[in-house]
Amino acid sequence: MRAALAILLVLLLGSAARAERLIVSVSNHRVTVTPNYSGEELVLFGSVEKDASTPADRKSYDLVVTVMGPRADMVTRRKERTFGIWINTDYRQFLAVPSYLALFANRPFDVITSPEIARRQQIGLNNVLLTQRVSGDYADVVPNDAFRSAFIRLRTQKGLYREDPSAVTFLTPTLFRTGIPLPEEVPIGTYEVEIKLFANGALVTKTETAFEIVKVGFEQFVATSARQHGLIYGLATAAMALMTGWMASIVFRKD
Amino acid sequence: MQLYLPIADLPVNIFLVLAMGAAVGFVSGMFGIGGGFLMTPLLIFIGITPAVAVASVASHIAASSFSGALSYWRRRAIDPALASVLLCGGVTGTALGVWTFTQLRALGQLDLMIALSYVVLLTTVGSLMFSEGLRALMRTRRGAVPPRRTHSWIHGLPLKMRFKRSKIYLSVIPVVIVGIVIGFIGAIMGIGGGFILVPIMIYLLRVPTSTVIGTSMVLTLVTMLFATLLHAVTNHLVDAVLALILMVGGVTGAQFGARAGQKIRGEQLRLLLGLLILSVGVRFAIELVIRPEDLFTIRELGVSG
Repeated sequence: MRAALAILLVLLLGSAARAERLIVSVSNHRVTVTPNYSGEELVLFGSVEKDASTPADRKSYDLVVTVMGPRADMVTRRKERTFGIWINTDYRQFLAVPSYLALFANRPFDVITSPEIARRQQIGLNNVLLTQRVSGDYADVVPNDAFRSAFIRLRTQKGLYREDPSAVTFLTPTLFRTGIPLPEEVPIGTYEVEIKLFANGALVTKTETAFEIVKVGFEQFVATSARQHGLIYGLATAAMALMTGWMASIVFRKD
Repeated sequence: MQLYLPIADLPVNIFLVLAMGAAVGFVSGMFGIGGGFLMTPLLIFIGITPAVAVASVASHIAASSFSGALSYWRRRAIDPALASVLLCGGVTGTALGVWTFTQLRALGQLDLMIALSYVVLLTTVGSLMFSEGLRALMRTRRGAVPPRRTHSWIHGLPLKMRFKRSKIYLSVIPVVIVGIVIGFIGAIMGIGGGFILVPIMIYLLRVPTSTVIGTSMVLTLVTMLFATLLHAVTNHLVDAVLALILMVGGVTGAQFGARAGQKIRGEQLRLLLGLLILSVGVRFAIELVIRPEDLFTIRELGVSG
């Protein structure tokens, strides 16, 4: 049903005679996290292709790039002073929120478009949908909610959430590029990149691309075996401990 | 040199961790203890989550206590009968401890419980040890003989058993209980428990000093191996890479520590150890009382669909 709707939507939009087309690519579609990985920056570049039906008065474009990492459930907890010590008391559960989220544009979001469109298109960290479970209900809350803003603040501190309204640069009126910084503690998985083109405050067209972040080699092997074969992993670690202890007692034997 | 820890999900400086392992190893060799009560807090202070720290340190302690136990075994300083009775309790306690650990983690109170346990246990044991060391030091200054020990109520308990190598005749009930307690707190706090176990065995169970350290190391070894296994199976939190670096640093440091320890007198050693334990406890207490820099914390519950 949903797929049928999506196809219908695409057909409808397609029939509305797209005047512009976006062509984009990222510098690396597969980022590998190696033992000495300490953050990286990808580059997204692309161009706005016009065709005959493009209105002649359309000179300048605005661009909003949204990068979303793999989704995960997260819990935000708040400490309160109880009996003189600080204890986790209250918490909110965030459901299927992006583990990495970056919003880039060439101008401040409020200059690019109206607040209504920004909300509908989820432009800006305040407008991105972050579903919470609030006593059995599922909903997003107002942007200034204590848990929501703490969540965004903490993710931003770790470099996992960011918004930068000057990150996109137009090299020519139709050629653009932006950097996608990936922090040290980058989540592993598939990243979706959504590029939205605006002209005179209205959404003109959008396109999507993706890249993948994978752990390779020994780290990946250790991480997956710990998760999937807990017993064997535990036995191997225990054996390693015994080996190390035994080796030490031989190397440092005093007699 | 940066190294990415696969389970802690954190890049660390390999030399920093190696040095920490060596430093803790030095201290543990000097005092004849496992050093978990220092290692776990140090890992927490460099940013590794308490849960991963506790689970990974367990295997590190297993390694250092195994090399210790081997040398005590060669010197016939281990009481196998006493060790097996202790282990009956130890294994049960560890299983209970890991189960409690998992429950607390789900409730979001694990970090608090780890910190609280450290405060209570370390300040108590630390101050007891410190004052005892101080008294012993005064006594030797005055040249007085230590008071003769008398039998306590523990020696009136039923189910008595003869432990040949230690030359004691003792009820198994307190021995099993001690095993359970040490196994339980060891699994939750990421400590071997040697620094509590040895005084308990000496003062409460009257185990002679000739077998006490070797036997306590056997208990530490088995409970920590078991804890490693259970933490790996239930919580997937054991970071083998981190553990290996700690082990290598730890066993090396321990050799130098042991040599340094022989040059210091017993009472002074106890005084120093008491002070060290006390300060770690106080450090945790301060952390709990002062207002945290950030009142909010985030924990990922795993990738969802």
